[in-house]
Parts: sequence; structure tokens; C-alpha cells
Amino acid sequence: MQFAILIKSDPNQSPAVLSALKFTRAALEAGHSIQRIFFYQDAVTTASDMLSPPQNEERVGELWSELAAKYDLELVVCIAAAQRRGVWSEAEAGRLGYKAHNLRKDYTISGLGQLIEASIESDRLVSFG
Amino acid sequence: MATKKIMYVNRVTPHGGITAKESLDVVLISAAFDQDVALAFIDDGVYQLLKGQEPEKTGSRHVAKSFAALGDYDVRKIYVEQESLTERGLSEADLVDLRHENPEDDYRDTASIRFISREKLARLFSRQDVLFTF
Repeated sequence: MQFAILIKSDPNQSPAVLSALKFTRAALEAGHSIQRIFFYQDAVTTASDMLSPPQNEERVGELWSELAAKYDLELVVCIAAAQRRGVWSEAEAGRLGYKAHNLRKDYTISGLGQLIEASIESDRLVSFG
Repeated sequence: MATKKIMYVNRVTPHGGITAKESLDVVLISAAFDQDVALAFIDDGVYQLLKGQEPEKTGSRHVAKSFAALGDYDVRKIYVEQESLTERGLSEADLVDLRHENPEDDYRDTASIRFISREKLARLFSRQDVLFTF
């Protein structure tokens, strides 16, 4: 079966980002495929490479990067939600004149159309948060 | 591209945050994909459709006003759960009157909101291909 994953909650306020990671890993290990992972609303902060939790805590953004690299997953971050919350790709930050950018390199910034497309093309959309 | 039955379930108050706005953004984008779209308002989500809101006074965004345009985006099925209204001391008359031109009835001006029981809405959920909850 092909799944699309939607994550909506802040990684600090809800277990959703980590639950989604565990679900995705388990689905892949069971032989299913993942169409796309879409970060929306407060979940977009997962994609910031400037988050620095204490050393004994999970770094969820990094964990997603590792899983994405291993299985060639598409990690897509909603552009409107990201800009509202201060998550910027180098290109977008440059375009709007911001000096800093913080999007992790394994993530892509794109629009909500990617979420709708994923929900239509996959067999199941699974939402977290 | 396949046509799927997509339902957006709105559960939170309109001005307690930006969730109502971020839900509406997804709805409007999905209209461009020519899908079978429906909205449901349950729990505190029914407050999003309250008449007479003046959020400008607190600098908040008027989502109820944006709902009026849904008909133009071919979003014609808007379900409101009856029990959620009753539990909050509200009635059908307290909500905005959203309308659309119905292509299946000679483009007659038609009410978009359908009031539905919790039991029937649960059955409707089970018939959807995709459910988004905000």
C-alpha cells in the first residue's frame, strides 16, 4: 500500500512528529511505500536546522533526515506555514531580503497543492497531530 | 487524476489561533484539483459559522466571511453537526446563511449548509476517501 503522511503539530508540544516517524519506518520495513511526507501548521518547525534541544533529547528533524536519506523520501514543508513560523530556505530568504535561512538540507519548501496531490494519489493519507 | 471524496472536519473556534484559517487555505487549494469536496463543522468548530462576528475589532481575521466565497470554488456541501450546536446553546438561526448556485438544479440559488445528526455524520465520515481534521 502507498501512504501519504501529514504532520501538523509542533515537535515540542505533541508526540505527533515522532509518532509519524515511527509509523513511516514501520510501514517501509513492512514493504509499503510512502508517497510523500508533508509538514503543515506547527509541524513545519521540525525542518529548522537551528533547533537545538538538550543533548539527551531526540532531534526529530535529524531523525527524519536520516530516514529520508535511507529510503529516498520526500520531506515537503508548506511554504505559507513555514514563512509564518520563521522557517526559510536560502532561496526564499534571499528573495524577500532576510539575512538568515534555516531549512534543513533534506527538506523541500513547496505549496499546499503537494498535500492535496499526495492525498489523491496515495491509497491512504495518515494524519498525525 | 482520480476523483476522491475529500472531507475537511473543522473542530476549533475561529479566533483561538490560526487553525481555522490554515484549514480554509487547504480547502481553497483543493478546489483547484477538481475533487468531491465537503466540509463538516463539529465541536467548537460550529462557532466558525456564527453570524454577526466582528473580529476586525480585535485584529483577528474574518473566516466566516471567507466561507461565503466557497460556492464560487465549487464547494457546495457544508455539514453542521446538530448535537454540537445544541450542546453550545446554539441553533440553526445563529449561523451564517451560505449559498451556492446548484448546477444540478438549473443553477438555482441553494443553501450550502446541511444540518446533520452525529450518527449520520459518522456514517458520512466512513464513506470518505480522505479526511482532514483541523
